[in-house]
Amino acid sequence: MKTPQSEADLADIIKGANAPFALRGGGTRGIPAHGTPLHLGSLTGVTLYEPGALTLVARTGTAMAEIERVLAAENQRLAFEPMDHRGLLGTDGEPTIGGVVAGNVSGPRRIQAGACRDFLLGVRFVDGSGTVIKNGGRVMKNVTGYDLVKLMAGSWGTLGVLTEVSLKVLPTAETEATLSVQVPSATDAVRVMSSALGSPFDVTGAAYRPDQGDAVIRIEGFNDSVRYRTGKLKDLLGGFGRVDANGDPEASAQIWRDIRDVAAFHDAPGDVWRVSVKPTDGPDVMSRADGEGALMDWGGGLVWLRLLPGTDLRARLGAFDGHATLVRANADTHARLGTFQPEPAALRSLSRGLRERFDPRGLFNPGLMETAVEA
Amino acid sequence: MEMPNPNPHVLARKARVVERLLRVLPKDAVISDVAETRAYECDALTAYKCPPMVAVLPATTAEVSDVLRICHEEGVPVVPRGSGTSLAGGALPTADCVILGVARMNEVLETDYDNRIVRVQSGRTNLSVTGAVEDNDFFYAPDPSSQLACAIAGNVAMNSGGAHCLKYGVTTNNLLGVTLVQMDGTVVEIGGAHLDAGGLDLLGLICGSEGQLGVVTEATLRILRKPEGARPVLIGYDSNEVAGACVSDIIRAGVLPVAIEFMDRLCIETCENFAGAGYPMCEALLIVEVEGSPEEIDAQLALITDIARRHNPVDLREARDADEAGRIWLGRKSAFGAMGQINDYMCLDGTIPVSALPTVLRRIGELSKEYGLDVANVFHAGDGNMHPLILFDANKPGDLETCEAMGAEILKLCVEVGGCLTGEHGVGIEKRDLMLHQYSQVDLEAQMLVKDVFDQQWLLNPAKVFPLTVSQSRRTEVLAAQ
Repeated sequence: MKTPQSEADLADIIKGANAPFALRGGGTRGIPAHGTPLHLGSLTGVTLYEPGALTLVARTGTAMAEIERVLAAENQRLAFEPMDHRGLLGTDGEPTIGGVVAGNVSGPRRIQAGACRDFLLGVRFVDGSGTVIKNGGRVMKNVTGYDLVKLMAGSWGTLGVLTEVSLKVLPTAETEATLSVQVPSATDAVRVMSSALGSPFDVTGAAYRPDQGDAVIRIEGFNDSVRYRTGKLKDLLGGFGRVDANGDPEASAQIWRDIRDVAAFHDAPGDVWRVSVKPTDGPDVMSRADGEGALMDWGGGLVWLRLLPGTDLRARLGAFDGHATLVRANADTHARLGTFQPEPAALRSLSRGLRERFDPRGLFNPGLMETAVEA
Repeated sequence: MEMPNPNPHVLARKARVVERLLRVLPKDAVISDVAETRAYECDALTAYKCPPMVAVLPATTAEVSDVLRICHEEGVPVVPRGSGTSLAGGALPTADCVILGVARMNEVLETDYDNRIVRVQSGRTNLSVTGAVEDNDFFYAPDPSSQLACAIAGNVAMNSGGAHCLKYGVTTNNLLGVTLVQMDGTVVEIGGAHLDAGGLDLLGLICGSEGQLGVVTEATLRILRKPEGARPVLIGYDSNEVAGACVSDIIRAGVLPVAIEFMDRLCIETCENFAGAGYPMCEALLIVEVEGSPEEIDAQLALITDIARRHNPVDLREARDADEAGRIWLGRKSAFGAMGQINDYMCLDGTIPVSALPTVLRRIGELSKEYGLDVANVFHAGDGNMHPLILFDANKPGDLETCEAMGAEILKLCVEVGGCLTGEHGVGIEKRDLMLHQYSQVDLEAQMLVKDVFDQQWLLNPAKVFPLTVSQSRRTEVLAAQ
């Protein structure tokens, strides 16, 4: 096990390495990587925070709890609402900002505010030769050279080891409310969500909870505005089924924390998959998956599925526009089915080319994003 | 501006290249006559001109693939072109290149309101994307000032922004998928109608890569429902510093306007003469726009004007009706055009942390005196994206060079205070030789590795983005191979 104490230390470790590493931030996201554990939890600290410029820079081992605390003191937040995987995976430890960025982890507000990658302004990382590279910066608009910032977000450590990230932050909403619309089916739920998301009322969450039989819609902002839009949406969605408004901000926040963290699957057994599709394809994915449980977020575009252990969901779905990621399963299943959706040949060759250049010795989470299964 | 010498081997093969192109394209889509290629000799950075060897206007992805395959086999550089509105020289040809214009590919392929997407061919203009969906009250958010003319292809290449991206983001935040043709003719689909593309974020990489990784022929774009209404307020101050402080306070207060625009006196006067929007005459003018229902707009504007009043504005005025609001934006969006009617100018677009606004504006004022050239400032203040317009006289010998030297100083200043060389226009050739002020050789090497993967022979728009000295070995390797 290696625990670098600084970016320079990390660069030295990588230069001298001759065997692969399994990168670890807080170790809460259950990444099935093989190699010597490389613990990044010592690279900590918020290095710059300018509330008036909506920017925060932090070393990647910084705990999410620390970042949330610093932001909350100024009434700001990470608008992309990253999921906490601990409940779903039964892991403990402290999630880090590096893990969030490496996985491009984004929650329900992704449909309105954007994903983690949309809020990432700059990165520093160490590549496979031990060289420190920076890209982007700390300003909100930057088209100076290629956007390696986005490339690093969601690369799951396979291109380099992130050491520092700069992020755009946003003001916390004054209040929030949630509407619950009773619906008989997933297809109806998507109709409700499409209608809400296609309205001018700035919806920041749209999910379907099959266990509750409802589609839930979140509205955030200033008090009067939330009251106004909640009323308008209630009228708009009334034709689909019974609508209940939950105007208590705490209760509303709990509903969305549960959706973000897929709380419905926490105490339920089985593998968990995450499928990204066109929203109106969500119901079809749900029915083809024929699983033990389901939850839809992002207006239908993100489908969480719970299946019997070892089930090959991708085989059940067949060809579809989108991708399925295995989030919770034992090591054998991860190895057998592959964590990530296999890519078509042309894309695979580009991805492989990038990995070979940024990490020519195959040191970082080797094989994680590339499965043996042919597309 | 230094450009690589044209490759004599390529020039010698012109007839053969044209003949091969004519085998895959209709006759009127291959332009090789020396007089006619002049139409493609420059983009909106008109200080630099060079007619291409050939220009082609393919109408389908298959034709683009054929063109690129032929150029790949013949070792001919290709410069992709949208509408030619780049302010950075992104579409500037070299004498040995084929200009690949996508203007004939301008169809809307799919409109899907349930999933809130539209799929278009990349030659379609930015404004006409909104035009295709506005009857259903939807719009495409990124709104560069050139939106009437600029193409989605160029928007994707430069990751274009606009006045309203404080709330809605820039192109990369509104792009869900592309059809990309690689230099060897391979066609790849990246992303689609789903929100997150799988695998590595190749979409994020392609957006803003200035046509150096491939040619985008189709794009899936996110469309949004129009807000119920929008209204701008004008706030005038007698100093830039105070206006800058007001911007920062508005942002901190938790209200997020869709746009906060800034203009200085020279710009206010010029735009007022052009648009008659009723701008107050003062040192610094803010246009702050908010959206929502009439009541929501009132509430947000109350909050904003409250903050603005604490800074003692010399004028504070809400748009009275849609016509006045329209003219306020017409004035702002015509700023470059209006300025162009009275002077030659060079437009910069360095971005800075909002907190550095007063310092940077003061320093630009000093540089203006030092170099003896006037500067008009108009920019997206909410996100720190500056647009200093340096005025010069193109007919006066040496003026352009003085202007460029001063521009370089301003951009270095932007980097010094924690910002960057370009916020939304792109590097092109204009900022190419300043890249080493922002990035180390090692940082640029990492970016060039990406081009190596997508375009091994460095044939796509090869003399842009990276300083020629930095990219030289890669480009000469290709020459040697021929």
